[in-house]
Amino acid sequence: MTAADTLPKMLCARARERGGATALRQKELGVWHELTWRRYRERVRDTALGFLELGLERGDKVAIVGDNRPQWLISELAAQSVGAVSMGVYQDSAASEVEFLIAWSEAVLVVAEDQEQVDKILEARTGLPRVRRVLFYDSRGLRKYDDPLLLDLAEVERMGARRAALHPGEFEALVEATRPDDVAILSTTSGTTGKPKLAMLTHRNLHAMAESFTAVEPLAPGDEFLSFLPLPWIGEQMIAVACALRVGFTVNFPEEPETAQQDLREIGPHMLFSPPRIWENMVSEVQVKIEDSSWAKRAIYGWAMRKGCAAADLRLAKRPLPAALALERRLAELLCFLWIKDKLGLRRMKRAYTGGAALGPDVFRFFHALGVNLKQIYGQTEVSGISVLHADGDIKFQTVGLPVPATEIRIADNGEILTRSPAVFVGYYNNPEATAETLEDGWLHSGDAGYLDEDGHLIVIDRAKDVMTLHDGTRFSPQFIENKLKFSPYVREAVVFGGDWPFVTAMITIDFANAGKWAERKQLPYTTFTDLSQKPEIYALVREHVARMNEDLPAAARIRRFLLLHKELDADDAELTRTRKVRRGFIAERYRPLVDALYGALDRVPVETVITYQDGRTATTRTELRIESLAEAVAVPGAAGRGTDEAPRAENAPATRGGRG
Amino acid sequence: MAHDPHPSANLAVPAPEQPGTVERSDTARRLTVEAVSLSFGGVTALDDVSLDVHHGEIVAIIGPNGAGKTSLLNCISGLYRPQRGRILFHDAAGAAHELTRRRPHQIAAVGVARSFQNIELFAHMSVLDNLMLGRHIRMRGGLVDAALYWWLQRPREIEARRRVEEIIDFLEIESIRHHPVGTLAYGLQKRVELGRALALDPELLLLDEPMAGMNTEEKEDMARFVLDLGEEWGLTIALIEHDMGVVMDLSDWVVVLDFGKVIAAGTPDQVRADPEVIRAYLGDENLKGAGPAVVSAAPA
Repeated sequence: MTAADTLPKMLCARARERGGATALRQKELGVWHELTWRRYRERVRDTALGFLELGLERGDKVAIVGDNRPQWLISELAAQSVGAVSMGVYQDSAASEVEFLIAWSEAVLVVAEDQEQVDKILEARTGLPRVRRVLFYDSRGLRKYDDPLLLDLAEVERMGARRAALHPGEFEALVEATRPDDVAILSTTSGTTGKPKLAMLTHRNLHAMAESFTAVEPLAPGDEFLSFLPLPWIGEQMIAVACALRVGFTVNFPEEPETAQQDLREIGPHMLFSPPRIWENMVSEVQVKIEDSSWAKRAIYGWAMRKGCAAADLRLAKRPLPAALALERRLAELLCFLWIKDKLGLRRMKRAYTGGAALGPDVFRFFHALGVNLKQIYGQTEVSGISVLHADGDIKFQTVGLPVPATEIRIADNGEILTRSPAVFVGYYNNPEATAETLEDGWLHSGDAGYLDEDGHLIVIDRAKDVMTLHDGTRFSPQFIENKLKFSPYVREAVVFGGDWPFVTAMITIDFANAGKWAERKQLPYTTFTDLSQKPEIYALVREHVARMNEDLPAAARIRRFLLLHKELDADDAELTRTRKVRRGFIAERYRPLVDALYGALDRVPVETVITYQDGRTATTRTELRIESLAEAVAVPGAAGRGTDEAPRAENAPATRGGRG
Repeated sequence: MAHDPHPSANLAVPAPEQPGTVERSDTARRLTVEAVSLSFGGVTALDDVSLDVHHGEIVAIIGPNGAGKTSLLNCISGLYRPQRGRILFHDAAGAAHELTRRRPHQIAAVGVARSFQNIELFAHMSVLDNLMLGRHIRMRGGLVDAALYWWLQRPREIEARRRVEEIIDFLEIESIRHHPVGTLAYGLQKRVELGRALALDPELLLLDEPMAGMNTEEKEDMARFVLDLGEEWGLTIALIEHDMGVVMDLSDWVVVLDFGKVIAAGTPDQVRADPEVIRAYLGDENLKGAGPAVVSAAPA
């Protein structure tokens, strides 16, 4: 057999080498079930041959929509084994989005987990004439469906098993025929702007990415990884598919999306790759729990955190720890950090990654204080997920690290980050215009503004079009301010405005669970999200945080007015992408009256919301939002109240130096 | 007993107001209530109530407050003993059990389980423990078995846990498996309460206001569980409910009680159009337009 240069070949290689080792693990009915590499390959074989029975051909597309389960990966690899292309669809997409993606990709088979997903496809079927079969693997609620499109995936696997018995060697020949330049997946780009695009990634791309990534990050075959983020996301494809097949570590799937946190603790994985949201949530959770605990515990936590932060800052500056601090740090580990890490499921964590968006320096420092080796990954869907990464022991909060092997990074004249590597995609599916805009002479145009620091680390400012120029001429990243706002456990999302306006304002959504707990502790009665968000006490709470944060910002970037939004931002309302990135442009448009009010004279603004229930009924609520002004915070012109509480933070504001290149 | 068991007749309800011409599924009878009367001192709670529940049906019992709905459920599950009449449960094997003379745990053992209007769970125990406890009636074993735990009792406990896990999976409560019931939101507690009844492996499930006090979303979830229990698990269900939207959407058959008497029975559409029901129960014409709209006929 030739080199394992496609994903199916990599699967067969792992099955040969370590057939009896655990490849996938899934909790079902409260018990973890394991799938060995040998069995994993067998099931891919049967499913692939079953797909052949259904008439799947080379180059066809197979759409997959569902939660993280073994069947998802098996379907993907089965499609690729016959030379077809898999496309993941975010499982929480609305029917119209599912229809758009399936129609655009011209998929002929759809693997849809359960009734919820099947309903979306059937609803859109008139727009999907190419779809020949819809395969499900959770039959609950589907008993009464007699649509001829529907077929149980288990039945497909049985068909394939019969074919495998009749034609031994057929699967092996198919896998052998897969070529590195075949397109392996169509990956939806996160689309903070407009409709999603489908990036075509070849086996060569994914293989190259896994190769460079594992060259600098020595993942081991015995490692455990928990796959709980949507599988269509490139980050999950990167680790759970490409790297897992390359290295042969175990991929675990949670029982249900809601149990991910508990399952994380049970598995105690060695690595984790999550967007900032997950890390921010963990910080909030710890902060809230500590706030709720006894005086003694709070005191120990406060002390341990101070020592942990001091030690982490020294270590990251590559300076030696004084013996006394080293001892104190060890004590802090025993008294506090071990237990927190255990609760969070991070106790065995060797390497933790964040990517997809910028993570605030405060969150970064928190995890390094705990002793979690959290590192930034930078990349796009179009480079198979990763191009730049923090190396072990070379971590700077404000940077995203160094390019991985075989990857070149260049800053264009306009400040845009360009990438060239064998992992760069071959183009957008059915969209040559977008491809031409993004790919020039093999260089990928990221749309991100950034620069390289003296050590060659890449610093990403923000999406180029989001970088705002403040009234005093400095360029500034709204995302940087938003991340600082989100460090408060009571803030869930924040949208900062300022570029075209005389000063900076923010639209903030509170964290309902944490703010609700806080209100309960203060014996503050509330009813709904809207009610809670408009309590003067909650405004005061957030205001305090905003005021404290303002002290760390240059005067021109300080938030002068903010409001607490009456609803949570939701991907179903297109306010967030499916990977939970804020779509700033869309929000500015949708909440135009609110933005105007933030820059107006009044401190109240009426809003009207239409709520759509699951059964299609709608209700309209009217309320009034308050706008809080912090005019006095900037009354002292220019005299920046530098953060005096702890280590200097000025270096954390990358964009103040922006505009290079 | 004044009435014969009339096993072959397909008369739906022998209430005098009801014409016996309504269409109904022709499956086997699961529950027969025959001329049951119950009074507390001078107060008559149930007055000559008769009704049938057929296999695989979802039957709703509705009526204003104090109409005797819960009393009827209590008679079926053995908490009350009616002064007159009898209640027969026909199990899947075809055997008829007279419930009127049995004690509640015996009734549970033949395959009739219920949930309560006010949550009756052990608040300090976990969801899992509450469900396992509900399972104990299906567990065998005495002193000897316990002594031979590894050989006899352990496989049974594993089997019980597996069954309970299936219920947890069905009700989608995996994430709260180990939470103490008392810390859960009300809607979730109602779901656990349903789970505890399911742990008995019933053939007939009695639900006393499964959706009371829930918000729209929780009601939709619960309605889906009730429908799935009928369709996927093949259970027969009798439920009391005030939410007319839910009743009309869910049930195959509706029985209306007023002042302890059956005043109407039929398909949801028939009952909706019955002038007697509109007069006695709703007092106005709301019911006529009751599509998905929620008409709360009685205050909680």
